[in-house]
This record gives sequence, C-alpha cells and structure tokens, in this order.
Amino acid sequence: MRIAVTKVVLFLLCLVPAAVLCWDVFVGDPGPDPVARIVHETGAWTLRFLLITLTITPLRRFSGWNLLIRFRRMLGLYAFFYACLHFASYLLLDLGAFWAQLLTDIVKRPYITVGFSAWLLLVPLAITSTNAMMRRLGKRWQTLHRLSYLIAVLGVLHFLWLVKADLSEPLIYAAILAVLMLLRWRRLSGRN
Amino acid sequence: MGNLMRATHAEVHGLNRRLPDRTSGHSGKKPRCLIDGAYTLQCQDLGLVRVFDHGGTPMRQRLFDPIIASEITPESAYMQRRTLMKGLAAGLIAGLAGCEHEVEAKAETPVLPTPKPEIPGLKTWPGSSRETRTSFRDVTSYNNYYEFGTGKGDPAARSANFKPRPWTLEVAGEAEVTGRFDLDDLLKGMAFEERIYRLRCVEAWSMVIPWNGFPLASLLKRFKPTSKAKYVRFETIERPREMPGQRSAIIDWPYREGLRIDEAMHPLTLLAVGVYGRWLPNQNGAPLRLVVPWKYGFKSIKSIVKIHFSETQPPTSWNVMAPDEYGFYANVNSAVDHPRWSQASERRIAEGMSIFKARIATTSFNGYAEQVAAMYTGLDPQTLY
Repeated sequence: MRIAVTKVVLFLLCLVPAAVLCWDVFVGDPGPDPVARIVHETGAWTLRFLLITLTITPLRRFSGWNLLIRFRRMLGLYAFFYACLHFASYLLLDLGAFWAQLLTDIVKRPYITVGFSAWLLLVPLAITSTNAMMRRLGKRWQTLHRLSYLIAVLGVLHFLWLVKADLSEPLIYAAILAVLMLLRWRRLSGRN
Repeated sequence: MGNLMRATHAEVHGLNRRLPDRTSGHSGKKPRCLIDGAYTLQCQDLGLVRVFDHGGTPMRQRLFDPIIASEITPESAYMQRRTLMKGLAAGLIAGLAGCEHEVEAKAETPVLPTPKPEIPGLKTWPGSSRETRTSFRDVTSYNNYYEFGTGKGDPAARSANFKPRPWTLEVAGEAEVTGRFDLDDLLKGMAFEERIYRLRCVEAWSMVIPWNGFPLASLLKRFKPTSKAKYVRFETIERPREMPGQRSAIIDWPYREGLRIDEAMHPLTLLAVGVYGRWLPNQNGAPLRLVVPWKYGFKSIKSIVKIHFSETQPPTSWNVMAPDEYGFYANVNSAVDHPRWSQASERRIAEGMSIFKARIATTSFNGYAEQVAAMYTGLDPQTLY
C-alpha cells in the first residue's frame, strides 16, 4: 500500500518539470526564446532521468534499501518520456516547416546523429519494460537493458558536442556517468 | 515596442499625428497585470497604452505614434495563433483544471512597455527594417556576452557592477591621428540615428533591433587612416573585476574582432551607443559597440576600448578558437553551414512569434546583399562564413 502511494507521488513528481514548462509556455513567461528553452530543458531532463535510473542499482546496494528497484522502471520510462518530448519539440517546434533540414541534420550533424541514435535505442527498452516482456526475455532482458549505459553515453556526447565554448554543464553529466560506470565496471569485473 | 521612441520622432519632425481609437474592434481583451492598483495593458498592435481600473474602464489613455501597418499582427493570424495554442495546450496538459481559461489569459499577457527614450534628437533612418521587432526586454535579457558568463541571461544578471564611464578609446596603428580619447569628447556634437537592423547570431537565431548610433566611417575618418590601413582591429575592455566571465579562460581575453577597411567604412556599419532610444545597457555592450548587420553577431564586438588600423588581417577571437567553425568574414551565408548545425534557417525572436512558426529562412548577407555583396566579388563564396 505504501509503495503504491509512493509510486503515485513519484509519478506526479516526475511530471513537475514538464508541467512547469507547459505552464511557462502557455500561461506564464517562457523567456525570449521559448523554443530553445523547451528543447534544451526536455533534453536536460532526459539526461537527468537516465542518470537517476542508473543510480538506482548502486544506491540500492549501498543503502541496502531493496525497495528502490520498484521505482526503476518508472524512472526509466520517464527518461523515455522526456526524450520523446525533446525529439518532438525539436521536430515540430524548432524545425517547424523546415523539415527537410531534419534528414540533413541527422546525416550531417554528428551531435544530432548521436542524439537520434540514443532516442532510437530507448524505444526497444521502453517496449520491453513490461512484466510480460521481462518474463519472456528472461536473462536476455538484462543484457538488452544494459544498453541504458550506452544510451547515457550517447546522451552526454550529444550534449557535449553541441555546446559552443563552455563545457562545464555537459561535463557535470559526464562526471556523474563516469562514476556510475566505474561502480558498474568494478562490480562486473569483481565477479569474474 | 518602440512606440515611445517614435513619438519622439514625431515631435522632432513636427508631426503631430493622432491615432483613432480603435480599441472597440480589438477582440475585447481583459487586462491581467496589476500595477499600482490599476490594471495596465499595452495594446501593442494599436500603439497605445491603456490603464484600467479594477472595473476595466479606461482611466487614462496615452497616445503614441501609430505603428507601421506592416508591423501590426493581422487579427486573423492572431486568432489562428490562439486557436493553435489552445489546441496544443489542451492536448499536452489535458486534465489540468482551468487549463482553457489560463491559455486564454496567456494570449492576453500584456507586453512590458519599453522604458522612455533618453537619447535626445534621434534621427530616423530610411533603410530601417519593417519587420516585427524584438522586444526591449528580449533584446536586453537574451545576450551572448561571454565577458559576463556563457548563459544567455548572465550578461543581464551579472553586469551591474560594470562601469561604462569614464571611458577611454585608444586609437593606434596606421592613421595620422592616434592616441587616447575620452569617449564623451568624441561623441560631443554627434547626431545619433535610429537604425532598425536584423541581427543574425551564428547560433541560428535572430532579432530585429532598433540601434542608436552613427556610421563607424564617420568616426574612423576623423583619425585619417593612411593608405597602409587595410584592416581595422577592435578590442573589448578587459576588466575581470567587473566582468565575472573574464575570470575563467573560456576565451583568450580580451575579445578581439576585425574588419577589412572597406567593410569598416561601409555606410551600413554602425557604432551603437544606444538601443531603443536608451543608452546601451551593460549587457548590450555599453558604452560603445559595433553593429555589422550582414555578419554573424559575434563580429559586432562590444564595449570597445581599442581601435587599431593595420596592414595585415588581425586575429579575431572566435576564428582563433575554432577556425573551421568561425571565419574572419563571418558573413551571414545560408549556403555554408556551420560544421555542427545548419545556417539555412533561423529562429526569429520577435514579439508575438508563435512557438510553431519561430523558424524562418536565412537570407544571404542577412538580407543586405544588395548593399554589400559587391565588396566580395571574386572571393569564393564558400570562404565567406
């Protein structure tokens, strides 16, 4: 029962960034360049949710709080949700009527190629996130879902690549991801 | 925006135009913004400000010069925007109570008025762009000025300690008159113009800005550049104590820019001391900045302390940092993409832009080809980025 309540609270909490953005854009003040803000913020929240999702397992190990695993799927799906908003806002708002630019962008711009690949890789993970799929895939499910590390790497790379001069913000994400991957690698190599 | 300033122009030219009261035909807006106990609503499309009391009846009404017809958002486009916004909002945040109501309110959000102009005797310039302008707020709060930080809001938020006076301009190099000059002495008796230029950032967004200033050529000629002066080099001030961004080595400070002498002497090349009739705010490059409308924004160097006439092409900051991404010419060129993004189109930041139609096509030389293209004949257009 308490888990159910926590889940509802968490669900709503994860919606807050999207709600704040909607409010600012449609009701309040979205700032001078609303489209850039929407695209940037949905992208940043995708990265944040990816990293939060990847934090669950190590956090669970250190804290011994096994219940955490019950929230991982929702957090992962939220990463996908924000990734979809990010992609959709780039496509529908930023490119607007200049759709022809999309194809050249995907082919010619490395950071868009990388970002698009990351989004594409998230799709099978979202599809196989159900209990039924977990059962059906068995051991392979875990192997498949290790892709989330690769996706996070692509996500950080996507951000690093588009920045003009100040790398500090994407480097923070890169550092967090590096720590998470180090923890992961130590565990995997420790087993062997 | 800018209605106030146009009112000034009307005075200058002895015009006393009156505006018919057309508010009745204006979709029955309800004011939202509470200021000093009264509701203020700027009916920007009509070029007038109305102040309402709580009951919604006009208390007083100030008239300004009517806005140019091309700047008025057509009622149909306006209504279409509202319908679009409503539709999307309903889809995205369906279930949020009062959503429809709030969306309705958003379409009526009053635009912050431009502060009163303070630069006297501004002359209008016939070549000004007739496109919808970027609001004073956006022009002064969305800036790339890394001396104050790399965020677009940093320059407005972190430039309060910058002191644009007293200001000394150093002139050196291949000219007969060189030395250090007090800016106010140089500006004395100078007539300033209002020129509305498009500004195209290399990051693929753009604005329409009413600058106040004078042609760079009129100043440069006073220093009598010699025949050896083939280029002009500019330098931004270096004051890390007042410019927090300069405390980190993002750029090899001071910021440097340069123009070929014919570009510098071109009548479109402007030295700005103000914007929207106000003396330049610190975040916009006070007290003196360059505006080269057919080049990417980074060429328009801010807070200039040094002008140097040289025989050779000077090193310029972004070009030195990333020569494959930022050229010396940096002419707006939709045919040559930035290696990491397209330059074929741009996001226009202007009043009343719908988030669904923010992108417009980029034109060669930012729409100033007719005036400037001749300077580049014989040069490979692929190098003109």
